Amino acid sequence: MAVDKTIVAKIARLARINVPDERLEPLAAELNGILNWIAELDELKTDHVAPLASVTDHALPMRDDVVTDGNCLDDILSNVPESASGFFVVPKVVE
Amino acid sequence: MSNLVSGRTGDWEVVIGLEVHAQVTSKAKLFSGASASFGAAPNENVSLVDAAMPGMLPVINRECVYQAIRTGLGLKAKINLKSVFDRKNYFYADLPQGYQISQFKDPVVGEGVLRIVLADGSTRDIGIERLHLEQDAGKSMHDQHPSKSYIDLNRTGIALMEIVSRPDMRSSAEAASYVRKLRSILRYLETCDGNMEEGSLRADVNVSVRRPGEPLGTRTETKNLNSLRFIQLAIDHEVVRQIEVLEDGGEIDQETRLFDISTGATRTMRSKEDAHDYRYFPDPDLLPMVVTQDEVDELASCLPELPDDIRDRLIGNYGLSAYDASVITEERETALYYEAASNNADRKLVANWMTVELFGALNKSGQSLTDCLVSPKMLSALVGLISDGTISGRIAKDVFCEMFETGKDAATVVEEKGLKQVSDSDEIEVLIDEVLAANQDKVLEYRSGKDKLFGFFVGQVMKASRGQANPGMVNETLRIKLDVSS
Repeated sequence: MAVDKTIVAKIARLARINVPDERLEPLAAELNGILNWIAELDELKTDHVAPLASVTDHALPMRDDVVTDGNCLDDILSNVPESASGFFVVPKVVE
Repeated sequence: MSNLVSGRTGDWEVVIGLEVHAQVTSKAKLFSGASASFGAAPNENVSLVDAAMPGMLPVINRECVYQAIRTGLGLKAKINLKSVFDRKNYFYADLPQGYQISQFKDPVVGEGVLRIVLADGSTRDIGIERLHLEQDAGKSMHDQHPSKSYIDLNRTGIALMEIVSRPDMRSSAEAASYVRKLRSILRYLETCDGNMEEGSLRADVNVSVRRPGEPLGTRTETKNLNSLRFIQLAIDHEVVRQIEVLEDGGEIDQETRLFDISTGATRTMRSKEDAHDYRYFPDPDLLPMVVTQDEVDELASCLPELPDDIRDRLIGNYGLSAYDASVITEERETALYYEAASNNADRKLVANWMTVELFGALNKSGQSLTDCLVSPKMLSALVGLISDGTISGRIAKDVFCEMFETGKDAATVVEEKGLKQVSDSDEIEVLIDEVLAANQDKVLEYRSGKDKLFGFFVGQVMKASRGQANPGMVNETLRIKLDVSS
């Protein structure tokens, strides 16, 4: 699996990470190293094995439908750079 | 029935598939214990889990899972005993996690079917591809400040069912029928309140056009339509736009579009180059979800009777018309009202009175059935008075109006206004004699062959009785008096 400069730039953009141009090439090399290492797993035959979503044998624990949380506006807003009348305030985002 | 749309260069077939987002009826959110109620103060119903504070872990609400399964059963769909939650990754200010927890590869509900009734009364089955559970996003307000957006996370994390249809619809009317029917089923099941104005039910429409018999064309997706009318308008606009582009030799871009309520047109929301790459992967915070067949069977055994079954019963057992049966079963409240009102009365007559007089009066006054003063029992009594000949159908309409206005029962109104039907043969005979005496010339004309005047005499007698004479008896007695004594 080969990752090139363009793919690194795309992944960085999707993850909203600012990667300067001169870092794209070295990052591609690093990622290829990781991917090649993981690719060793391809040697295993998995034709008849279902994809694994979890390594434990437990099923998902569930909660009852009861309101037990919320009403903690001060906690929720305690780290925000800006708020007004209980709202988070962010730079305008309109698609 | 042909649904083809003609363009300048020939006919086109429209292909529509819908993704409906239905908010699950539950007290708490899908993965947190915060309230899922509507209308709280900004960010009041938000827990640290919903705000995606570091270290918070999601725990699923069992009731939300059961609601999804109930809905699946109502859509006659396959229930998957094992399903998986995935992360759908994208950045937006009202999505604090940076991903939506959803189900991608293994949804909780698989293929099902939904029957819609077309304009001509025939029915058609629309395929359901899947139903999965996912989190709702928060709400952004862009009109509070010139350069800022205000974010309210109350809706963040509330459970949604995304119900995906097959591309089986061929017109905007069919799409509207589909949504109306789906909403009805959800409301019968009480798994979603179906309130489109509050956003509990919204649809994304996928539309493409093709020449009849050809492979599917490229589709566009118009997002977030929250009324039946907007769904129809958006589809109709998109169909015209796509046909125009294709007939001008252009190509349709596979893209996401927005419907502008003010212009009734759709416009590009995201272009293809900017298309989202969601990078789905199984959420490592959540184990695969397992439900047992016993749980599913238990849920199935507690389902209410659904509209299709009631409709079939009303037609089959009570002899109602397909139209009346459809109208009565569309809303659960209406069906329950009908059952209560017709239990001890003429079933067909009650159906008539509901679909014509009751619904007419409700429409006119803007009231809903729940705040209507005429209870099922009162309507039943009114119909009883018609059936036993106490009042005529025409008088009953006046009685009904009075009942609707004042909440008095039928017997009281009839008593107070002296509206009881005159079925006394002596009284009717006196009335007829008076009318005949006052219209000697017409009597002669009638007897010399002007048959049409019969209706005139009936009208005069009914008028003289202020509408209260039993019309059957008036007819009969008039016939005897006019014909026999000639």
